[in-house]
Parts: sequence; structure tokens; C-alpha cells
Amino acid sequence: MTTDARQIVFDNVSKFYGEVLGVNKVSFSLEPGITSLVGPNGSGKTTLMNLLTGLIKPSQGTIYVLGLTTHQPVEFFRQVGYCTQFDSFPPGTNGYDFIYWPLRLHGFGDDQAAKLTNEALERAGMAQVARRKVAGYSKGMRQRIRLAQAIAHHPSVLVLDEPLNGLDPMARSESIALFQAIAKQGMHVIISSHILEEVDRISDRVVLMSSGYVVAEGQIREVRREVRDHPMQILVRCSNAAKLASAAFELDHVVEAKILSDGQSVLVRTRDAEQFYLLLNQVVSGGLVEVDAVAPADDDVNSIYQYLIGSDGGPA
Amino acid sequence: MNAQDLVTQAQKWSKEQPWRLYASQISVLVRNEVRRNLFTRRRIWVYLLALIPVIIVAIHYILDRNRGADQIETDTMVLAGIVQLYYFRLGIFFACMGIFTWLFRGEMVERTLHYQFLVPVRKEILVVGKFLAGAIISIALFETAVFACFFLTYSRLGSAGRSYVFDGPGLGQLGSYLLVTALACLGYGAVFLALSLLFRNPIIPGVMLMGWEAVAPIFPSWAQRLSVTFYLKHLCPVSLPADGPLAIFTIVAEPVSPFLAVFGLLCLTVAILVLSCFLIHRLEITYTAE
Repeated sequence: MTTDARQIVFDNVSKFYGEVLGVNKVSFSLEPGITSLVGPNGSGKTTLMNLLTGLIKPSQGTIYVLGLTTHQPVEFFRQVGYCTQFDSFPPGTNGYDFIYWPLRLHGFGDDQAAKLTNEALERAGMAQVARRKVAGYSKGMRQRIRLAQAIAHHPSVLVLDEPLNGLDPMARSESIALFQAIAKQGMHVIISSHILEEVDRISDRVVLMSSGYVVAEGQIREVRREVRDHPMQILVRCSNAAKLASAAFELDHVVEAKILSDGQSVLVRTRDAEQFYLLLNQVVSGGLVEVDAVAPADDDVNSIYQYLIGSDGGPA
Repeated sequence: MNAQDLVTQAQKWSKEQPWRLYASQISVLVRNEVRRNLFTRRRIWVYLLALIPVIIVAIHYILDRNRGADQIETDTMVLAGIVQLYYFRLGIFFACMGIFTWLFRGEMVERTLHYQFLVPVRKEILVVGKFLAGAIISIALFETAVFACFFLTYSRLGSAGRSYVFDGPGLGQLGSYLLVTALACLGYGAVFLALSLLFRNPIIPGVMLMGWEAVAPIFPSWAQRLSVTFYLKHLCPVSLPADGPLAIFTIVAEPVSPFLAVFGLLCLTVAILVLSCFLIHRLEITYTAE
């Protein structure tokens, strides 16, 4: 895979914690703009972000951020800011020091670091409480002070792990406006969320994750279409599999109806499960076929899609 | 100058003068770590380790003052025992275990190490900065304690004590004790820093190290050189007798010149720090595993 100095590239990246899968064979590249990583808890979003920022190392594969890797930490972390989900802070620190000292490690002098600290505090709406101990902050304030630290050095890539968690509606809309403003400057903003609705209005593209795999990736409309078009599989055990299969084939949305080797089961692939269940009701009530059992064969994948995209698959 | 210009200027500066950037980063790291680790309630037990002999000697000073010259030899041996048997074997050893293992492992426990990994600092610089901070804390603490013990020991002897210090071997002995204390902090500090990067729980290897330091004298000469106390022993100004009940704690080693002992211990420290620089590259932020 070629690397572009403007892109973020995951090239066949896998991460295993012993025998436990973190993410598996992830390959994609991201252009500047807002990208959302969406998936249920445990789907591998945080692992992917930690891999991107070098907090953990891939078991295989390579990650390039603007042509850099974490083996060049000085150049890399000038370009990258990461607001993690870890809700912990150095003991006894206050909001100002929490931002100021990392800036000193960037090589900024006292005055410069102070100026950037104040600017970041203003942008995150934390200037009024900056001298208070972080231990006394509310959850939303802790979230925003971490965000302020991540943006203080003006990174080109901003990585935000569940950045809207714990924020009140006002702070949410301010944060979203801030992400959009950063992205408009031609920077990368990568946001994770387990709720697609939360981020899809602001995202240029979305990466859907499930169980460590990237299940769909691209512009939000393409992903929605992909999910909507994904046929669902339903397994039906009945007295007359051939009759049921031929009735199913008459429906437009049925892609496939396969009689299994036991001769009593039909595996139906349909783009409209509800219509198929209506047909099944008619067939049963008409006495044509006796149904013993009905079960969605790919319920896991489907339920993830339903969960992520919404039950109707339409725009949120 | 706007914020973006500041960022561009800093990037340019760090590219042109990387060594100045590294020096500035080490200075910031040291200041931060010292601030966080020196004056904290969590370190009270370390202060106690350093101060227990001082308190005992101070009580002795208050209750049994103005002894004559006949007491000097005995008190000099007692002071040698305090420094060599207590400070080198127990006080500095356990204090360094607490201070240096906490530099990385403690941050893992507190779930704050990722902040150090997300700044434009080379991992080697992080190791050196944290090590220097630990060294400053432990050296300041134990040099103060050793100096206080020395001062109180000879003060209580009045003019005979002053004469021993300023006209006799006293000042030279104080210089040696302070040097050996600093070297002990550096040597043990480097070892414990490396252990904290190697093991999730460095206490057990720490106890094994203590055992090694105790039994090293019975091993061949080359093996003895891998122990910190081997070098310290040769720099101590007063030899403790290797008989009686103290014999089991007393090292009998081949004589080594003071220059070689200092150089050898510094080499050992640097070698262990280099190992730590390799080890930190393996470290991942997986707090759930802690």
C-alpha cells in the first residue's frame, strides 16, 4: 500500500492480546476531514485509536500518519493529538498545568506555552476553571480539559475517543462546532462513538466496526446503502421445503432460497425480512406448509447493523 | 505572533537543534517528577527510612552529650555501621525500590503513563529524565540523612569531635560517605528502574536482588562485580570488622582501587540504563492488565 503525506494509512493491521483478538487485518486509508469510527462496545474502536497513536503496537501490519510512524516520536506527536477515554489525571494537577507542562515538552518556552495553554482553554471553554484542581471537575469538564490538551499544540491529526461522552447538550454542540472548524482547516479529525446518530451529521466518512473487523467503510451514504442492501438470511424448518422455496422466489426482495440437505429446511436470503415474514404467515394460515421453526441465520451481523444504522436503515 | 506561528517556530527550532530540545525536555521531565514525587504523602515511608537513624542519633545526642575523645573510635565505628549496614543494605535499597519502580509502574497503576507517551519525546529521553528525577530525590534525601547522622555523631563529642572532623580524617570520611551514598542511589536506582520495565510486579525480583547482594561475596570475583555493594564497599572510609554477628552482613571482596570502584559502578549504572531504553520500547499502555 502506498503512503501519502496527507493520508492516514492502516496497512493489514492486526492486534492480538495473547489469544484475544483486538482488531484483525484492518486496511484502509483516510483523507483529511472528519472520520467516525462506529461500533458497539468491544468492537475494536479504542484498540484502533491506540494503535494509531502508538500506545499499543500492532501484532502485524503498519500504520502511517501523514507519512510518519510512531518510531519518529518527535515529528509524529507534533502532528497528532489524542484525547483518550482514560478518565485519569496526574494526582494534584490543575487544568492549566495539565495543558502547560506537555507543551513545555514540545519545546515551547514559558511564554509560548502559556499563550497556547490559554488559547486551548478558551477554545474548550475551560478558561474560567483552569486554576482549579482537575480532581474537583465534573465528568464533562474532565472531558473538555482532555480535549483542550489534545488540541493545544495545533495538531494536524486529532484523535478523539468517545469525545461527546458526559457532555451536556450545550457543550456537545460547542465541541461538534470545534471539530468541524478543525476539519475545515484541512486537518484529520477521527472520532469514535458507539452511536452512529451522534456523529453521522458531522462525519465526512464512517468506518463501521464489529468484533475487531471493519465491516463497512466509506462515505456515510455509501455505508448506509451497503447496510440497507445487505441481504438477511432466514432459516425455516417446515413440512414442505420445496413449496416454501418456490413461494419465496416469487417475491422481488428474495435473493436466494436454498433447500438444505435434510430436505426440510430452507435458507432464504432477502433484502426485506418483514415482507418475507408476512409471506410466511400467509403460507402457514393458508395451510400450504407447516412451519416447525424460524430463525434468522445471521442475526449477529444484522443486529449490529440495526444497532448502528437504526431499524429502518434510513437516514437518521 | 499567532499560535500557528509559534507552533511552526517550535517545529523549526527542534529540527535545527535536536540536542537543545532533548536537554530542555529532560529538564522539564525532571522538574515535573521531582515536584510530583518529592513532597508527597505517598513518600512518607521513604522519609522515615532515611530519618530513623537520624532520630536515634539525635536522641543519643540529646541524652548523652559532651563525651570525650575516648568515644571517637567507638562512635566512628557506629557511624560506619549505620551507613554501611543500615543505609546501603536497607534504607537506600528499599527507598530506591519505592522511588524508581514507581516512576513508570506507578504511572501505569494511576493510569497516567499515556500522557507521557503522547508527547513528542523520545522514549530514551523519558527514561533518562525520570531516572535523573529519581536520582535527585533519593540523593537529596539520603545525603541529608547521612550528613545529619555525621553532624550529630561528632557534635556530641564537643571539641574532640570538632578536632576529629576539621583537623583529622573526619571531613574526608564525610566526603566518602556522601559519594558512596550518591553512587548507591544511582546504582540501585538504575536496577529498580529496569526491573519496573521488565516485570509487572517488581517487588519479587527486588527481594531476589537483595538476596543476590547478600550472597554475592561468596561468588567468584567477576560475579561480585555485578552487585552494587561490591563497589560501595571499596569506597567506604571505615572498614567494619568481618567477625562476630556482623560477619554475616559484611562483604569480603578483592581489593579494588577507589577510581575503579566509582568508574565500575557508573559503568554498571549506564549499562542498566541502556537496557532500560530498550525495554521501554516494549512497553504498551494496557491499563486493564495492571
